[in-house]
Amino acid sequence: MTDDYEHYEAVVVGAGPGGAAAAATLAQNGVETLVLERGVESGSKNVSGGLIYAEESAPYTIDGLFPNFRTEASERPVTEYYLHNVAGRKVKTIDLTDLHEHDTMWSDAVLRRHMDSWLEDRVHEVTRETGGGLLTGVRVDGLLREAGEIVGVTCEELDPIKADAIIAADGVNSELARDAGLMDWEDPEEWFQGVKAIVDMPEGAVAERFGVADDEGVAHLFSGDLFEGVRGGGFLYTNDDSLSIGTVFHLDSLVAEEAEPHELLDALLTHPLLDQWLQGEYEELEYGAKLVPDSKKAAHPSPHRGRLMLVGDAAGQMQAQGPIIKGMNHAVSAGALAAEAFSEAQTRDRPAEAGQRYETKLRDEGVMKKLRPTPYKIASAVGENDAVASMTDSLVDSSLGKLGIKAADRLGLLGRSFNSPFVMSVMPDTRTPYVTAPTAIAEALGTPVRAENDVEPPDLADRIGDLTYDVGDPHIELQDNSYEASGAAVAACPVSAKDFGGGCYRDETVKTNGHEEHLVSLDTQPCVECGTCAIVADTEWEHPAGGKGVEFKQG
Amino acid sequence: MHTLVLTKGVPDFREGQVSFDEDGHLERGKTPTVMNPNDKHALEAALQTKVRHGGTVSLMSMGPPGYKEVLQEGMADVYADDLYLLSDREMGAADTWATSITLSTGIDHLDDEPDIVFAGFKTADGETGHTGPQTCWCQDWPIVTHVVALDIDEEERTLRAKRLVEGDVEEIETVEAPLPCFVVADPEFEPTYRKADHRLRHKDLRAETQERAENFEDHLEVYDQEELNLDPDFIGLDGSPTIVAGVDPIPKAPSEREATMVDPGDEAGMASVFEELEPYAEAD
Ligand SMILES: Cc1cc2nc3c(=O)[nH]c(=O)nc-3n(C[C@H](O)[C@H](O)[C@H](O)COP(=O)(O)OP(=O)(O)OC[C@H]3O[C@@H](n4cnc5c(N)ncnc54)[C@H](O)[C@@H]3O)c2cc1C
Ligand code: SF4
Repeated sequence: MTDDYEHYEAVVVGAGPGGAAAAATLAQNGVETLVLERGVESGSKNVSGGLIYAEESAPYTIDGLFPNFRTEASERPVTEYYLHNVAGRKVKTIDLTDLHEHDTMWSDAVLRRHMDSWLEDRVHEVTRETGGGLLTGVRVDGLLREAGEIVGVTCEELDPIKADAIIAADGVNSELARDAGLMDWEDPEEWFQGVKAIVDMPEGAVAERFGVADDEGVAHLFSGDLFEGVRGGGFLYTNDDSLSIGTVFHLDSLVAEEAEPHELLDALLTHPLLDQWLQGEYEELEYGAKLVPDSKKAAHPSPHRGRLMLVGDAAGQMQAQGPIIKGMNHAVSAGALAAEAFSEAQTRDRPAEAGQRYETKLRDEGVMKKLRPTPYKIASAVGENDAVASMTDSLVDSSLGKLGIKAADRLGLLGRSFNSPFVMSVMPDTRTPYVTAPTAIAEALGTPVRAENDVEPPDLADRIGDLTYDVGDPHIELQDNSYEASGAAVAACPVSAKDFGGGCYRDETVKTNGHEEHLVSLDTQPCVECGTCAIVADTEWEHPAGGKGVEFKQG
Repeated sequence: MHTLVLTKGVPDFREGQVSFDEDGHLERGKTPTVMNPNDKHALEAALQTKVRHGGTVSLMSMGPPGYKEVLQEGMADVYADDLYLLSDREMGAADTWATSITLSTGIDHLDDEPDIVFAGFKTADGETGHTGPQTCWCQDWPIVTHVVALDIDEEERTLRAKRLVEGDVEEIETVEAPLPCFVVADPEFEPTYRKADHRLRHKDLRAETQERAENFEDHLEVYDQEELNLDPDFIGLDGSPTIVAGVDPIPKAPSEREATMVDPGDEAGMASVFEELEPYAEAD
């Protein structure tokens, strides 16, 4: 029966940076490669910060695989990098350009719709020459198995397809990784949630307001007390003619604080510090959100099974190096390494060895060490211990701590430690580095911002209304609609809110036979497919069918 | 596989496009000509055949020189390879009978005989649905009408089609016919591309057609009366036995109705609404 199925040497699922790198490398090695992407166009499903890095130590870079990437697919390069520690109106700014430049060949801001659709054309061209090609609007919905072995993929829009290698580059909430039993969607501690607004800038305003030339750009990061104590921070990156302003929070912290992601974003957008750049004008081009895996906890040490190899977010390969977020670059490296592994194994006539070769390459090329640094394991074992964490936290917050901060600053230690890639990669996931320390630093050393920022970001209803959707069948089902099981999604879903009826999740009290039940209801129409409720609520979670659901124009 | 699609230009009857004079006659000059909307399904069936089996698609139309643009539109939609326009003053004012004879002669005139001729399901202006079947009758080929799905066996030179039976959407029969064959695609026709390879070929065709459609005249042949060598008694007005006795405009529904506005919050008002409706409510 399965003999009638189409066969390709390699099938790549997902055409983000990981899938594009895998496909281009496979094609370069003459492997017949089919790429399947669920969006109407590559990038239409993707949200990123996003600064894409080309690391000196990386085995592959995006411009190495795709010449002209920087001139044609990206926005501005980052030439300055700052961290703002915020306590109320007080701000202490630390120049992090050194940390940013460490191991960096270059780093550019990108908008994913433009970047990924540019990659799509190139990938289609090179894979078509191998007899394959790239198809959009096709959602892979599972793995094809024969006698228990993975032999291909099943799709909603196509008949099953067999392949000698399947590279799952399907991003965070990878349905293939879940189907293979390699990743689960259980633990909020393994994830961040990223939320972002693209803000329009009048022509010439970026250069003028940020004091940069046309071929320069800035990254600003924000941490401290402006996010209701939720662990995480904010960012602002300059694009050609717009700004990417967003937040990234630990999902467990967001849930614990019952914080509303859009309100945290608004807290950043309306902070007086941003007035110098927004200058009272605010036109939001797009609101978007997506989960981000935390490689320190989620990166799979052995991301393959049979013919299946996971790359990028699908394998949890997203590194948060302190405030620096590196996912796209690792997806590129991993994608190309998986491709290389398969083509070598195939040449030796042992395609079954591809997965093991890929794992070895991840280790030998130093990718795994960045994703799961050993010092972090030690530091976190101590630092994330509850007693130690609260002690560190109160110490930093104490007057002794503040004295220490002042001394450290005088000695130049503060800037040095923030700029240390080592310190940044082993920082424990406690309140201290995200909230308490930045707030204490700002209180001890900060200068008050006098400007007023009176911009009014749109409310959730307008944000949803401005997005483009091609609504298909509901793709998420509530398994347990009790508030205890799924209530966390009401606040954590970036397009829902406790007092808002037009979002995905709603909080409901139902009276039956004299007793009250606290329930949640779900309407997937306004869903931005961020993946949050796959983790924090009891759901049967899938992506919508190919071409259906939200369509990001910016990303 | 060579497929031919018969298509026709019709006045664009969409609101805002179509223009009538005071007597309710269509103003041809002021109304743009577009491809007959129902021909889209024939085009899709031809494209599906090309994607699945390779080969070429040709489009043919009989009409004034202005139909060239209609053919161009079709070329862009269906990624057609060649266009044929049968155009001559002598062919003008033809009814469906004379048109069928002309088209059939056009088909015989092609260098490469088509394996399948696709026709749309009735035109938006004539609404007769005669031209396809009559042209087929002239060719003395088999015909399958109301086709909603299609499969071709190239080796056996047969086609297998699912067709709607007599307008009842629920009833579908499967028929087989030898090639060459006429196929009338039903508006319910749905092309299916469930193989990656087919979708990739579809994408290739789209990419290569853009340029061709821009320079469509390079791929267009115009056959006139002389070229086709038709008997003048069988074409145009002279060859048309149809006599139009008169045209009655369809009366428009009156635009004025009596309405009473009731605020849903107004209890007395709502009570009167229910009172009014009561006689219409079904008795238990
Ligand atoms: C707010 C935010 C800020 C971020 N900032 C940065 C940053 O500054 N720098 C950085 O490097 N990273 C950043 N990241 C992380 C980065 O976006 C990801 O790590 C990166 O996109 C991962 O690439 P990928 O190729 O693995 O997956 P993705 O880019 O997510 O691509 C996956 C692709 O697979 C497709 N797909 C998914 N499922 C299916 C299916 N079943 N069938 C077919 N196709 C499917 C998707 O449509 C998508 O195109 C940020 C993320 C967020 C949310
Ligand atoms: S419904 Fe779930 S996946 Fe959709 S936006 Fe809300 S949290 Fe994200």
